[in-house]
Amino acid sequence: MAEQVHTTAEVQHEGAHSGAFPPFDSSTFASQILWLAITFGLFYVLMAKVALPRIGGILEARHEKIARDLEEANRLKADSEAAGAAYEAALAEARKKANDIASGTRSALAASIDAKRHDAEQGLSTKIAEAETRIAEIKSKALAEVDGIAVDTAETLVSSLIGEGVGRDEVAAAVQAAK
Amino acid sequence: MAADKVDPIHQFHITKILPIQVGHWDVSFTNSSLFMAVVVILTTAFLVMATSGRSVVPGRWQLVAEMSYSFVANTLRDAAGKSGMKFFPLVFSLFMFVLVANLLGMIPYFFTITSHIIVTFCLAMLVILTVVIYGIWKHGFHFFGLFVPSGVPAALIPLVTMIEVISFLSRPISLSVRLFANMLAGHITLKVFAGFIVTLSAAGAVGMAGSILPLAMAVALTALEFLVAFLQAYVFTVLTCMYLNDAIHPGH
Repeated sequence: MAEQVHTTAEVQHEGAHSGAFPPFDSSTFASQILWLAITFGLFYVLMAKVALPRIGGILEARHEKIARDLEEANRLKADSEAAGAAYEAALAEARKKANDIASGTRSALAASIDAKRHDAEQGLSTKIAEAETRIAEIKSKALAEVDGIAVDTAETLVSSLIGEGVGRDEVAAAVQAAK
Repeated sequence: MAADKVDPIHQFHITKILPIQVGHWDVSFTNSSLFMAVVVILTTAFLVMATSGRSVVPGRWQLVAEMSYSFVANTLRDAAGKSGMKFFPLVFSLFMFVLVANLLGMIPYFFTITSHIIVTFCLAMLVILTVVIYGIWKHGFHFFGLFVPSGVPAALIPLVTMIEVISFLSRPISLSVRLFANMLAGHITLKVFAGFIVTLSAAGAVGMAGSILPLAMAVALTALEFLVAFLQAYVFTVLTCMYLNDAIHPGH
C-alpha cells in the first residue's frame, strides 16, 4: 500500500526517467548486477562464515547436551539396576548361607547322635556277649563239678555198699558211661 | 487530475543515490543497491544478535533464527540428500536474501529489489551455473546423462533428450520470472487498489463510502502479498534444492 499519493512534482520527475518500463530498462542493469554481486557475495560470506556456524554450533551444542544428559540418565539407571541386582544377589547369598548353616548343624547333630547311639549299642552288645560267655563258662564249670560230685557220690555209694574201695577211675568211667 | 497522481509503476523506478560511472558502464549506487545493502545488514544483524545468548533453551528471537536454519536445512536435505548439505550456505543465503527482500518490499515507500527481472535472473543464473559447474566438475561427461532418462525406448531418445535440454535451459527463466512476476504483479495490484481509494474518496461523500470496497481489497491483498513474499522465497529455495540434486545425483 505504498505511496498512494504522489505530488505533481513527482509525476513530472517520473517523466524525467527514461520511458521504458523500469524492470526492463537495461540502462540500470549494470548497476544492479554489480551491486547484487557485491551485496550477495558479502551476504554469502557473512552467512557461511558467521551466522550459520553460530546457529549450527548452538543446535549442535544442544544436541550434544541432550545426548549427554540422556546418556548420563541411562548410566545412572543402569547403576541403580546393578545396585538392585547386587542387593538381590547378596540377599540370596545370605539366605543360602543361613540354610547351609542350619542344615549343616542339623546333620552334624544327627550324625553325632547316631554315633553316640551306635557306641552305646556297641558297648551294650559287648557286655551282653561277655555276660553270655561268663554264663556259659559258669555253666560248663558247674556241669564239670556235677560230674565230680556224681563220681564222688558214686564212689562213696559203691564203697559203702560193697565195703571196699574201687578205683576212682573206674567209677568215673562208669559215671561217664551212665550219662 | 487524481488519476494521474497514482502511477503504479513509479515504485519500481530506480533512482541514483551516488552516481558512479566506470568506463561507459553506469554502476551508480541506487535505491536498489541501498535496499540490497539493507537486506544484508538487517539479516546478518538479526541472525547474529538473535543468537548472541547462545542459550540451550532458546528465546523467541533465537528460536526464529534456529527455525530458519532448520527449515532451510530440512528442505535441502529432503530434496538433495545428505551430500547436498555442502550447498547449505548458498541455499540459506538465497532463501534469506529473497525472503527479507520480499518482506522489506511490503513496507510502504520501500523498494522491492526482487521486482526487477535482472536481480532475480542473476540469482537464478547463480543457481544454474552452480549446478552446471559442480555437475561437470564432479561427474564429468556423465553429468549430461541428466538429459537422457533411462528406460526410454531408443527411438524416443532424441525427442526426449531435446525436451530435457529445453526444460533445463528454461529453468533459469522460469525460476527468475516466477519470482519477479509475482512481486511485480502483487505490488502493482496493491498500488492500483490503493489508487482507487484515493480516486474515489476525492469524488465526494458517495465516493468516500464507495472507497471502502477497494480499501477492504487492499487490506486483503496485503495479507496475500505477505503470503506470496514468503511462498515465493520458499519456492525459489525448493527449486534450487531440486536443481542442486540434479548436480549431485545426475542419473535419473
